[in-house]
Amino acid sequence: MPEFVSHTWPWYVAGPIIGLFVPLLRLIGDKRLGISGNLRHLCAAILPGRIGLFQYDWKKSGSWNLVFLLGVTAGGFIGVRLPGTHDIAISPETKTALAALGIHDFSGLVPQEWIGWHALLTVKGFVSIVIGGFLVGFGTAYAGGCTSGHAISGLSEFQWPSLLAVIGFFAGGLLATWLLLPLLAGSL
Amino acid sequence: MNVNTPELEDVAPVTGEKGRPVWIWFLLGILFGITLTEAEVISWFRIQEMFRFQAFHMYGIIGSAIAVAAASNLLLKRRKMPTQLCEEPAAIAPPKTGWGRRYWIGGTIFGIGWALTGACPGPLFALIGGGVTVMLVAVAAALAGTWTYGYLRTRLPH
Repeated sequence: MPEFVSHTWPWYVAGPIIGLFVPLLRLIGDKRLGISGNLRHLCAAILPGRIGLFQYDWKKSGSWNLVFLLGVTAGGFIGVRLPGTHDIAISPETKTALAALGIHDFSGLVPQEWIGWHALLTVKGFVSIVIGGFLVGFGTAYAGGCTSGHAISGLSEFQWPSLLAVIGFFAGGLLATWLLLPLLAGSL
Repeated sequence: MNVNTPELEDVAPVTGEKGRPVWIWFLLGILFGITLTEAEVISWFRIQEMFRFQAFHMYGIIGSAIAVAAASNLLLKRRKMPTQLCEEPAAIAPPKTGWGRRYWIGGTIFGIGWALTGACPGPLFALIGGGVTVMLVAVAAALAGTWTYGYLRTRLPH
């Protein structure tokens, strides 16, 4: 097996694999990579209310994508079980910055101090998980796409709307990182 | 700047329904999820590193993914490009402003959520599979967010 398999996959392996999903989905079924459309499909499938956005045949247009998403979930299950170290090798500068926010445990995929069932009812846990999740769903629906739909599919098609959206993604992310996280760090 | 908003119009469903067997999408999803996991794209710490400009990792992934996808699109140019964005055909087309407000306003709102949860929609689900089951709550909240957008849609600037 190549050496990278047991370590964090480098960007030049993971990035091209992710990029290849655009032609793969297109060639196999004329589909367009875009995960957040599934949030809309799920709303159409399970949430009540006669709302125009959700009045369509989600089984016809969204089944493939929901199955793809189920695969992504299974991929996470398999991925964490693959051999190799899973210590996140983030930069020392980031560790220093996060330590200033009270985050000292860098094992795992999320900071134990902020994200987990036990943290759900703390201010920072609730804001991170519930408010953050809400904004992800609201914002992607509003913008009509997420990192996959706009940043990868849209930018690779040179779409103006996607560039605007991606600029927004980073503006929002920087705002939350530099303004909101320090505020939350001081909360209980 | 005039921004086209093709996906807000009543576009037809993706053409060429080929009726592929469902397991193909499942297998592709697994490969996608494994890649996100093994490259640590689903890690809250990596997202922080990205928004603090302290490593090239995430920029390299997103940048090379776009480059490979764009090159593939150019190679496949003769095939008709899917015209819709993430959305499937819209039922109502709100008035167009030509300024693409929905993209940067919606994008900024999503960006805040991305940094708070440390995960965009794909990674949210990969994290659940990877054992961070509290992200089920984040997904429920995201569904509430999408539903709320649908409810408020005609009253929001687009």
